[in-house]
Formats: sequence, structure tokens, C-alpha cells
Amino acid sequence: MAILNIRNLTVTFATATGSFTAVNGIDVHVDRHEVLAIVGESGSGKSVSMLAVMGLLPDTATVTADEMTYDGRDLLKMSPAERRKLIGREITMIFQEPVASLNPSFTVGFQIEEVLRINLGLSGRAAHDRAVELFTAVGIPDPEAKLKAYPHQMSGGQCQRVMIAIAIASEPRLLIADEPTTALDVTIQKQILDLLMKLQEDYGMALILITHDMGVVAETADRVVVQYKGRKMEEADVLSLFEAPQSPYTRALLSALPEHATGDRLPTVSDFFQEEPVR
Amino acid sequence: MTPVVEGRAITRDYHAAGGMFSKGSTVRALKGVDFQVQKGKTLAIVGESGSGKSTLARIIALIDPPSSGEILIEGKPVDIAARRPGPEMRSKVQMVFQNPYGSLNPRQKVGDVLMEPLIINTKVPAAERRERAQAMLQKVGLQPEHFNRYPHMFSGGQRQRIAIARALMLNPSLLVLDEPVSALDLSVQAQVLNLLADLQDELGLTYVFVSHDLSVVRYIADDVMVISKGEAVEQGSREELFSNPRHPYTQQLFAATPATDLDAIRARVERRKAARLAAEA
Repeated sequence: MAILNIRNLTVTFATATGSFTAVNGIDVHVDRHEVLAIVGESGSGKSVSMLAVMGLLPDTATVTADEMTYDGRDLLKMSPAERRKLIGREITMIFQEPVASLNPSFTVGFQIEEVLRINLGLSGRAAHDRAVELFTAVGIPDPEAKLKAYPHQMSGGQCQRVMIAIAIASEPRLLIADEPTTALDVTIQKQILDLLMKLQEDYGMALILITHDMGVVAETADRVVVQYKGRKMEEADVLSLFEAPQSPYTRALLSALPEHATGDRLPTVSDFFQEEPVR
Repeated sequence: MTPVVEGRAITRDYHAAGGMFSKGSTVRALKGVDFQVQKGKTLAIVGESGSGKSTLARIIALIDPPSSGEILIEGKPVDIAARRPGPEMRSKVQMVFQNPYGSLNPRQKVGDVLMEPLIINTKVPAAERRERAQAMLQKVGLQPEHFNRYPHMFSGGQRQRIAIARALMLNPSLLVLDEPVSALDLSVQAQVLNLLADLQDELGLTYVFVSHDLSVVRYIADDVMVISKGEAVEQGSREELFSNPRHPYTQQLFAATPATDLDAIRARVERRKAARLAAEA
């Protein structure tokens, strides 16, 4: 059963030069315990559609959808108070820049305990103990000491672990990860992806992974949605997508992987895919 | 043949200043690295963040001096700590940085960005400077009308083209590229890599290419140096290294690179299915 169901989602931004449609009639659904990857280049609207779910878009954005339900409950008709109870507890999100996502003026311990106090109502001591537990779960060595560290004293990979610890603190049923490893090295990327997959299995949550990297998709996803310029180009399970991509855009993305290079030149998207004229 | 660039036992120390009660400490970021690159070839330097690869890139680009060891450009030892390199030496070695959003001055028009190296290092007259800058724009796949635009009007891939064009304005023989495509999307990355390959063929350029992405390295490099904690743990030709990685650290890097072949995906999907069935049972 789908935990998140979106039908015909459109997001437009009011800009100085008229309105701009970032997401154009997208359908997305995620089942419980499923890992869905949303793939696209920058500007494809892949982040915007998930920010719409989280309600994190600025006032200039207009969100319309035929359906946007979480667990059968309508996210669009929900009162802001109701929605706040959901967001950050049952649906959580992590972002691309872990160092920028954390507040530089507070220790990471303060930041995770704040979440535990406000969202879960834990008291000081209990919040501290739970924070240690969570840090251990995401593989931060010496958690007691690291709780007292400031974000700048930790590496990018460790900051992302802290973000993940904060995101899973309330045992969410849906975690949205927006390019969680793009700012990280390959070896750290591998560790973070393995961690996300392990947590996804342990907690049985649904995971939406937004990425532009087909390598990340190959390593994690059950099902894949390919997006381009705000439209869905293709949707398939991961194996069929790599085996027999249907859309020319997907074929282009796959052949742009340097490891798929045949001969001297890397094929680029424009070799495969004629852009639609911009209206 | 004399290599375009050669490094002999290069080390680099960084000193951390002490506080009121603590002593200062010294971090050795490079622990004696040797390498050489022949004309028209590409040496890739691979490693994680903190491995010292960017430190080495800055030393090769004559931005920072090594703490000890010797760097030779076209056979001539260059010691920038003793004497600042003159225009002639600056013209031989140029660098392209990782982040095209940070490496271009937002208040400078593209044309001025490209002409500045000529103003500083040469006596080329203004009319010719402009001509050369416009020709260079075309060479890197941009339009002449881009000459009067500002960097913020360009996408990431286009900005990296501008940064490459700026580096090429002085007709360098050696280009040091510090993660030039890691901030770019996959398809834009392919375009920039193709451009670099074309320019190398056309101009006979020598590249030192710093990266943490082995799939990019496999595409562009002739020789590869794997660097970990300031030491070159493995050095060799691309074929050698990719067919038979010997050092554990290199193997670790390979294991961390996402596998996109069908067999690997099929195996993973099967594993997950089995795990889910086991969990339900």
C-alpha cells in the first residue's frame, strides 16, 4: 500500500519575468518499506516536488495537485498545525549540504536533543541518553564526546550522520533524502548509502532518494522515477531501468556514465535527446 | 624526453598555531611524493578529502611552495619560496578549480575574466587581447556574445568552461585541474570531459587531474597516482591500475565506487528480496 501518493502535482513559481513551472503534472507514489529514487539533472524539479510534500517551499510557489495524501490523509487540506505534527516526525528529510544544514553556533548534541525534546517530549536526561543511542545507531564513534562537538569540528561525512540521526530520531515512516551524498567522497558516500539502506531495513521506513547520480540509483533503489524539466520521463523498477530504458532521456543519462564510455568520447544527453522547444 | 612537470620527494607541512596553554603542532600533509608527466599526457591524482591531493595540486600549480623537495617545470627547477615565478613561468602552468561558482569574480564580465591574465603577464595590445578572448570563448564552446555577460548568467557547466578558457589564455603547457567536474551534473560532466579531451588533442596540453571519482579517472587519465594520508600508495598506468589494483587502499576505493552493471544490480535486488522475505517469515 502506498504511504505517499501524489497525483498530477504542479508547482509554479511567480518570478519577476512571469510564472515558471518547475514541476508539471507529476505522479509519485511510494509504498511502505520501499526505496524510491527520483533521478534528474539540476532544474528537473526533483527536489521541488519533495519540498512541496514537506511544505518547505517559499510563498512565491503555488502547489496544486489532484491528490497529495500521506497514509490516506490529505496533505493539502490539512491545517498547518496538523501538518507540523506530521512533518519532522512521521516524514523527515535530509539535505545535500550537511555542514550547512546544521547550526554552526550550537553543539550537535544540543541540536539533536532539541529535536528530541520538542518532537518527542523527552526530558533532558532521557533526551541525552536517546541522542547517544541514535549517534551509536548511525555509526558515530565515541558518541558521548561527539555530542559536545560543534559542526565545524566534524567532517562532512560525520555531519551527514548527525543529520541522519536527527532525521530518524522520531522513527519516521518516510525519510526523504535530497542528494545526501553529493557533497561527499566516494568512500564516505558508500558508507552513508549503506547506513541509509541499513536503517531503512531496520526501521522498515519508506525512503525517497533524490539524486542525479545513476551510480547511487544502482546501489540503492527498488523503483526509479526519471524526471526532466518538471515532467516524468519514465518510471520502472531498477533492474528494468538499467536493462531496457524506455525513454531516450534515460538512455542518455545512462550512457553519460563515464564507465559506460565506448571509444574516445562520452556521449552527452544532447546526442540522444532533442530538447523540446521551450514555450 | 624531458617531462613537462616532475616532482621529487615533495613534502608539505602545515603548522597549527598553539593556543594559550597548548603547543602548536605540525601536520605533514605530503610525505615525499615523486611523479612526472610527459607532454600531452594526463596524470590523475586520486584520493579522499584530507589525503593531500589538493595540496599537491597547489604545489604543482606553483601556488604554494613545497616544504622540501623539488618541482621541475620542463626540466627547470622552480622554487617559488625563494623567488616569485615571473610571467614566463606563470604562462606555462595554469589551474582550474573545483567550484566554478567560487572561482569567478561575480563583478567581472566574462571578457574581462579572460583578458586579465594577458594584462598581468603579457604586453599584448588591447585589440589583440579582445580578439584572443573571443576566439577562446568559441574554442571552449561558448558564444562571442557571452563576452559582455556576468558569471551569474551562466550555468555550472558553462562557468567551468569559462574557468578553463581563462586558464588557457596564456597558452600554458600544463593545466592543473582540481576536481573540475565534481560539482557538475552527470551529463554536463560528460560535456566538460569531452571538451578537455578535445583541447588536449588540439593544443597538446599536459594535464594533472585531481579527482576522487574513479570512473572519471578511468575515462581521462593515462597515468594514475593514488594518494592516501599524504603518501602515494600506488602509481602506474591506467590499464595496470584498473586491471590489477594492488594496494588495499586502492581496492577500497574500487569497492566504494557504485557498480552500475546489470549483474551487480540483479544481485542486490535479489539480496533485498530475500532479506524482506526473511523479515516477513
